[in-house]
Amino acid sequence: MLSSLSDAAESTAGLAKTPTGISGFDDITLGGVPTGRPTLVCGAAGCGKTLFATTFLVRGATQFDEPGVFMSFEERAEDLAANVASLGYDLEGLVAKGRLAIDHVRFDPSEIEENGEYDLEGLFLRLGFAVDSVGAKRVVLDTIETLFSGFTDEALLRAELRRLFGWIKDRGLTAIITGERGDGQLTRQGLEEYVSDCVILLDNRVVDQITTRRLRVVKYRGSAHGTNEYPFLIDTGGISVLPVTSSGLHRPASHEVVSTGIDGLDAMLGRSGFYRGSSILLSGVAGTGKTTFAGHFANAACARGERCLFFAFEESADEICRNAKSVGLDLQHWVDARLLRFEASRPSLFGLEMHLARMNRDLEAFAPDVVVIDPISAFRGPDVEVHATLLRMIDLLKSRGTLGLFTSLRNDGGLAEYADMGLSSLMDAWIKLDNDEANGEINRTLYVIKARGMSHSNQVREYNITGHGITLIEPYIGPEGVLTGTARFTQIAREQASLLRRHQEAEQRRREVTRRRSVLERQINDLRAALKDEEHEESILLAELESREVELLKDREVLAAMRGAAE
Amino acid sequence: MMDDDENRHPMNDEAINDDAMNDDALNDDAEHYHLRLYVAGQTSKSLAALSNLKRVCEEHLAGRYEIEVIDLIQNPRLAAGDQILAIPTLVRKLPTPLKRIIGDLSNTDKVLVGLDVRQKGLG
Repeated sequence: MLSSLSDAAESTAGLAKTPTGISGFDDITLGGVPTGRPTLVCGAAGCGKTLFATTFLVRGATQFDEPGVFMSFEERAEDLAANVASLGYDLEGLVAKGRLAIDHVRFDPSEIEENGEYDLEGLFLRLGFAVDSVGAKRVVLDTIETLFSGFTDEALLRAELRRLFGWIKDRGLTAIITGERGDGQLTRQGLEEYVSDCVILLDNRVVDQITTRRLRVVKYRGSAHGTNEYPFLIDTGGISVLPVTSSGLHRPASHEVVSTGIDGLDAMLGRSGFYRGSSILLSGVAGTGKTTFAGHFANAACARGERCLFFAFEESADEICRNAKSVGLDLQHWVDARLLRFEASRPSLFGLEMHLARMNRDLEAFAPDVVVIDPISAFRGPDVEVHATLLRMIDLLKSRGTLGLFTSLRNDGGLAEYADMGLSSLMDAWIKLDNDEANGEINRTLYVIKARGMSHSNQVREYNITGHGITLIEPYIGPEGVLTGTARFTQIAREQASLLRRHQEAEQRRREVTRRRSVLERQINDLRAALKDEEHEESILLAELESREVELLKDREVLAAMRGAAE
Repeated sequence: MMDDDENRHPMNDEAINDDAMNDDALNDDAEHYHLRLYVAGQTSKSLAALSNLKRVCEEHLAGRYEIEVIDLIQNPRLAAGDQILAIPTLVRKLPTPLKRIIGDLSNTDKVLVGLDVRQKGLG
């Protein structure tokens, strides 16, 4: 919406515009109100018409070097000053500096008697004098319709009003005329008939006891403008209009990946984290540690030196810090370091639009890299509205390239679509936290349902919330399926026992083999020794035999010699 | 800056001191009429108002009235002080309470009623 508006801005450059200084309003009107012309700001009582007009003058005098005149037909100058002092507007100071003139037009119908012809030249002269006294470029008439209660000649009044607006144009004054909303028309006296260049409607609607202020540019002659109703805020920072619109799908994608702050979870994601600028849904039933996950997330962001904005709708900032401390996360020191900011408010405090509007304002002011919204399920209202609001919330973050973590409470363990507000298709990643009840105990498990643009683990992982934060436990996948909790423990113990037994059996067998081997070797050695003995004996016998042969031979020679002698 | 209190002073310089007149009037003559006619230039309505006023005063308040004519084109700053919107406006400063009649004063009877003159005159 806004991107198309900025495209149109160039084509309407011909029409001079005067910035009001009201943040957001100048965006939706592509520059402000028409210069040198009157603009009608209308709405019911208490809509902020006077504040809108006052801001226009104060900002003009302080930021744009355009002094102004406030002609009040309702409030006295001192009341006016007191009313806006809480917003930081120093009307009296501006008056003293000659940057602002306030003229309170007071008249009491009972005091005035009409007799013959008259005109309102006195009003013109007063306005002219006030304009000249400060060199005003801006004029506010608040609420000029009051004149209709003071003068009976309506035809004359209308003629004079027409003349007045003509006079304002002739003088080149940029004027804001306020008007009370009437039945069936924008203002009670049909002022829109005279001020036809730019008409702005302020609205203060109460739905389900929740008030939302809205602003709409009804018409803007000669200029493109945002046509939607835009929520606006009145708070200590003044008035700000929040052009939160569906920003379309024309955004660049970041390839940078940031850690979730939980090692095990990073490991489950193909790229060890989430893409910057993506939206992550963390849904889980009660007590699964959604806020603790969010705390990890915030902690990791701050540890990287990034700024994190934490919108808390169920707990106060202190509570979150205290609870995070119990799992070893020191969030408070990030708060002190101004890297982490909590914005805690009850969802029922404002309407959805207003939450969105405040969020936009906080995003503008804090410029965070990471945003946590805990939880989105706290928003109650018609499904269509909640869905639209969250969609715009996501768009708001995406258009800024901010990583958003949305936690959501599911009422049951199922995959019921309504429990996730039909948002899953809008989210880039979805982590589901569950409580698995089995064997008389509850174990926490998580799994990544989707993570766009990266592969991810399809395992259901058990995790523990300990004094050192969230730790994922190595998955046990055995013949009996995935086991968690004590079942996992007993299974692991059983396996360890059988492993030990197998080890022991193997050891026993090994010892047996060794023993038998040594027996056999001993036998072999004995036999070898016996063989050696026999060989030894045999050699002795052989030697004896040989020596006996030699003796015999000698004896025979001796005998032969003796016989020879005798022969 | 355009407020009543602050603007009373420049006005006093040119005209008369209200407070002093009040005191005088209360002490001396409660029936003294101090009238102030606001006009813007020499328009027909303004001239008609002045002549009508003079005529009524001469006829009914001879000797005990005082008319002060203020031309707002010359002194626009004086308009805020008496909360002037319509031109011409006749303001009865005295006797109190303050009264305003707007228009060219063409209806003499209404002027007399508006200024509370007829009753006083008859009584």
